[in-house]
Amino acid sequence: MKSGKFWAWVVFALSAAYFFIPLLATFEFSLRLRRGVHSFDAYQIVLGDPRFQATFMYSVIAAIFTIILGVLVVVPAAYWIRLRLPQLRPIVEFITLLPLVIPAIVIVFGYIRMYGSNSPLPFLASDLGASALLVIGYATLSLPYMYRAVDTGLRTIDVRTLTEAAQILGAGWSTIITRVILPNVLIAVLSGAFLTFAIVIGEFTMASLLNRPAFGPYLQNIGANRAYEPAALAIIAFAITWGCMSLIQILSRFAPKSANRPN
Amino acid sequence: MTDLSLSNRTIASKPAPPNAATAFRFPTQWIGVAPFFIFTIMFLILPTLYLVVGAFQDGNGHLTLDNLLQLVSDPSISNAYWVSIKISFWSAIIGAFAGLALAIAIVRGGLPNWIRSATLTFSGVASNFAGLPLAFAFIATLGRVGIVTALLRDVFNLNIYAMGFNFLTTAGLIVVYLFFQIPLMVVIIVPAIDGLKKEWGEAAATLGATQAQYWRMVVVPVLWPSFLGTVILLFANSFGAIATAYAFAGPALNIVPIKLYSQINGDVLHNPQLGYAIAFGMIVITGLANVFYIWFRTRSERWLK
Repeated sequence: MKSGKFWAWVVFALSAAYFFIPLLATFEFSLRLRRGVHSFDAYQIVLGDPRFQATFMYSVIAAIFTIILGVLVVVPAAYWIRLRLPQLRPIVEFITLLPLVIPAIVIVFGYIRMYGSNSPLPFLASDLGASALLVIGYATLSLPYMYRAVDTGLRTIDVRTLTEAAQILGAGWSTIITRVILPNVLIAVLSGAFLTFAIVIGEFTMASLLNRPAFGPYLQNIGANRAYEPAALAIIAFAITWGCMSLIQILSRFAPKSANRPN
Repeated sequence: MTDLSLSNRTIASKPAPPNAATAFRFPTQWIGVAPFFIFTIMFLILPTLYLVVGAFQDGNGHLTLDNLLQLVSDPSISNAYWVSIKISFWSAIIGAFAGLALAIAIVRGGLPNWIRSATLTFSGVASNFAGLPLAFAFIATLGRVGIVTALLRDVFNLNIYAMGFNFLTTAGLIVVYLFFQIPLMVVIIVPAIDGLKKEWGEAAATLGATQAQYWRMVVVPVLWPSFLGTVILLFANSFGAIATAYAFAGPALNIVPIKLYSQINGDVLHNPQLGYAIAFGMIVITGLANVFYIWFRTRSERWLK
């Protein structure tokens, strides 16, 4: 047992070194912009760059629309499958796993070919259409995470009883979804939402190929042309990802404890 | 057993008395899942099928295998597939073993509890920290003017670039990809290790098994399906990754996703049919990998319920 503990420490220390040295080195590097002294100049330049602000805002708004679209597509389906159509569960689970199988670059290639300016549904003919298509693409990418988060949330409540109780009290479908089901799975939805946010915010391939002024292409541009600013951006991106994951953890503490644990 | 709510299956499945709702049953039955199916068919399945069908057609819509043959006959494309497969394979294998070691260390190694939770939180973050920022971090660390590069040169007199190190080699990209592969392995495999029941170890000990026998005859057989399944997921994960590699070298790097990216942008070949074929090849490879993943996962779930 003693040697087991020793090896556990060795493995942990090696992993910690592999993961922390790049992060610490990046942080130190990001402070080096001014010769000879450590300063936050690189961060100031990055945060003050109007293109940073514009592209970051673009991606934040795209992320928000992605989350809304994801909720609209996933929540009714997950709810309905639990309530009425359990036989569809394997099909829907399979479909939601597909974005892990089909690389993002393939999906967006399909969009470009199918929804180009000359197609029956010319999303790419206008800026707004192209942005809508980007949001749609992001919602597709986030499908596996969103569906699992919502489905896990639904598992902890008794969907059928809640629905029947609401129906007996005279509620219609929209009332049931918005006032009974959604509040109960809100925390699960939010944790899916933050994961989606973390994925969308720096996404490069789709935004670049659809030629959108998003944060990912901006990152690429800065990375190709500057020395210290990319390090500062990497630290900022890591902080954003960290923030999203922490929020998921905090939220999961508030999640309702399973009301009908099926034992 | 005293549960008399309507969620009770035997009661709920009894035929309900006919009511007004029955008349409108057809639309309400499907209305909840309709947005999901319309969305996924339009924006996931049809665009993919479009490429798959296109891969088998020439410019005039006639059936042909020429596009797919070009994948094999054009050395720059077959080479890109080969490099991508190598990177994905080794980053998956190394990432899986390193991640497994780390997971076992934090779950069963007798380390303080805070290390376990801190490692799991960090893994959640790092497994999502891919793309361009990851490349920037490694350039700042191991790039030509990176801090660790300078440290090795000044303190240990080791010039890693003179020794042939380069991010654009297979080995260089594997080192970088491990930064998201290892944490992903930890995130997925920890629940499986947690699922190893304490009673099994006790039962094995009671029957006189040594620690080595317990590992060989209980732990490994129970864990290997989820282990292998995750290896495959890691493979697909790095096979489709483009942004990190693109940040290192732009369109010059010869891996499949970057080839396809250049192809779409019209930089190199500008032949959509060939683009379809490249995309089709990617789908086939990650698709095959995931068929195995699903198969292994269902096998492992049998044990871990």
